[in-house]
Amino acid sequence: MDPNATSRRTFLGLVGSGALAAGLAACGSSGPTSTPGSTTGGGAPAGSGASYWFLTGQPQQGIREAQVKRFNDANSSTKLKTTEFQNDAFKQKIKTAIGAGQGPTLIWGWGGGGLKAYVEAGQVEDLTGWLGQNATLKNSIFPSAFTAATVNGKIYAVPGETVTPIVLFYDKRAFEKIGAQPPKSWGDILDLVPKFNAKGIAPFSLGGQSRWTNMMWLEFLFDRIGGSEVFQNIYDGKKDGWSDPSAIKALEEMQKLIKANGFIKGFSSITADSNADQALLFTGKAAMMLHGAWTYGNMKSSGGDFVTGGHLGYMNFPPVDGGKGDPTDTVGNPGQYMSISSKASQADKDTAKKFIANNTLDDATVEAWVKSGNIPVVKSAKDKLSSITDKNDSEWLNFVYDTAANAKNFAQSWDQALSPTQAETLLDNIAKLFQLSISPQQFATNMNAVIGK
Amino acid sequence: MVLPALLLFVVFGVVPLVGVLVLSFTQWDGLGAIHAAGLSNWKSVLTDSQLPHSILVTFEIMILSWAVQTPMSLLLGTFLAGRQRYRAFLAVLYFIPLLLSSAAIAITYKALLDPNFGLGAGLKIGFLTQDWLGQSNLAIGVVIFIVSWQFIPFHSLIYQGGVRQIPTTLYEAASIDGAGRVRQFFSITVPQLKYTIITSSTLMVVGSLTFFDLIFVLTAGGPGDATRVLALDMYKRGFMSNQMGPASVIAALIVLLGLALALLLRRLGGSTTASQQEGA
Repeated sequence: MDPNATSRRTFLGLVGSGALAAGLAACGSSGPTSTPGSTTGGGAPAGSGASYWFLTGQPQQGIREAQVKRFNDANSSTKLKTTEFQNDAFKQKIKTAIGAGQGPTLIWGWGGGGLKAYVEAGQVEDLTGWLGQNATLKNSIFPSAFTAATVNGKIYAVPGETVTPIVLFYDKRAFEKIGAQPPKSWGDILDLVPKFNAKGIAPFSLGGQSRWTNMMWLEFLFDRIGGSEVFQNIYDGKKDGWSDPSAIKALEEMQKLIKANGFIKGFSSITADSNADQALLFTGKAAMMLHGAWTYGNMKSSGGDFVTGGHLGYMNFPPVDGGKGDPTDTVGNPGQYMSISSKASQADKDTAKKFIANNTLDDATVEAWVKSGNIPVVKSAKDKLSSITDKNDSEWLNFVYDTAANAKNFAQSWDQALSPTQAETLLDNIAKLFQLSISPQQFATNMNAVIGK
Repeated sequence: MVLPALLLFVVFGVVPLVGVLVLSFTQWDGLGAIHAAGLSNWKSVLTDSQLPHSILVTFEIMILSWAVQTPMSLLLGTFLAGRQRYRAFLAVLYFIPLLLSSAAIAITYKALLDPNFGLGAGLKIGFLTQDWLGQSNLAIGVVIFIVSWQFIPFHSLIYQGGVRQIPTTLYEAASIDGAGRVRQFFSITVPQLKYTIITSSTLMVVGSLTFFDLIFVLTAGGPGDATRVLALDMYKRGFMSNQMGPASVIAALIVLLGLALALLLRRLGGSTTASQQEGA
């Protein structure tokens, strides 16, 4: 029996049923689902009690529901009402609702550019002072998570939930096949490319059609070559920030890797939402993959013995020879964020604050996150790691914890850090850069045109 | 009886249209206050290098999918107009693509065309394992193919109805005069279907201006901006870049283009409403 053919067939089946399930789910749950006991659906007007909107999808959904239940059990007079949304529906609905003054008291979000838009429209509460009074809460959270919650020096959101850095995954079996070691530098990566190609293994898997997948490469190259200030300048709206010599060098190195066939053939038609890029790694078609820590769970459940058999390797992105960046730096999602609507009544604001302080990063929540295979955004997560019995999971969670906790700079993914206008232009131009249809200079010119917008 | 229809048209047609026109002269990120912006949105969109490209892609898809669909639907429709029972069965089979939603079609084709896990790789057919959605020309070709696959059944149905309206006496007379089936098709069927062709073409052309769901799910406008049609351009500006003003400009342009094309096609059809049977 040809194991390759079977795995491909099973995968086709998986893709088919997965797509179908996704399609069905999209049809079935695009509208809001109110939890039992809540009296109003979305858009509760001010004065009718505090409300909280968040996303569906396990295991996050279950953990959020348990938090609210604990809060409501303890505070029967000021219950929090919840409404749950599917991801894409939420993104549209929350913006429209807030714009129309019908938003929830507690606003769940991704921080960064989206939060900045709320702040500029005067829709969210400044929490700097309140966090100063609740120093225990503030000090328990990874300091790096606050960057994406801060606008003009003031904190408008509390980081919660999990840290998910971007990680360089690799297949140990592929390295055994070519008799090489995992890369220790960018130079090693470029040297490995022809060796893998000669053996018929693609050096890197990439779901290029999703565009943000390509962006992860630039995030690391910018940091490793020029240091974290290169993107910080862009974020701060410095004129011509994309033309920084280090930025141009990073873009050139990127195209060098693409021209050397560093990525799997046809990468620009592969999407990340179908998990085809992960499948390329765990089926042995590609040797390495730069991707978010959130892919670990799927590789473990869908990849056969790839994770459980100890074939999955991972590391932080290696340094670039002669680069200025700190090799401990990482990028990704430093956390998810909760803000409080400035339009809510004082009583509702107090309820929301109480919920944030007591129930979003409490002991039970931290334990639930770790059990689900995630690192919550608090320092106390480390204490819970010893309770993990699975050897692979334990190593992985310790690695994610150390990467997040030791990072000198944990930069937020660019498409979330920048304003929506800049992010969309960025993703368009990154796709073109990876197709080699524009040069690094053209990329910089196109991006400089929207800086600060 | 006109009043209810008029009311519906005003509420769901005219009011949103005016709303879009007003928005096109404002600056709004969908969240904060709306500011008047004068002509700046129109100026920036009309001078944007993205616009000619989007219009070009829109017309490319429109014209090529029309050129593929029309002859195919015409032939299929004529074929299906016969009364044999097996044709009724085939008609049902051909009709299936139209019953599927565009999003489902796009997701399915995307899985089938995947260069590493799709149909070509699974069946080990070299020709099918191309980077279908990753190369500009191939991606446009794929979009045109899928659009045609999806809508040929509908237009075949229109043509089938049209062909059945043609009086059999015309064919009987032609047979007596010694005309073969090909000659009958070109001298009787096609001219008699003149108005059907115009109706079907209008639906194709104006409908193609609003292609969105299929392309959005299939390529999201990519690779790069190779399949970024006007409707997608509008969505990206409005809902992904949070620029409602420029997006409204594009929306207004789509309305103008649709009206112009529909009028043009009507003009081509001629204004005479005289019976076709006489002149053909």
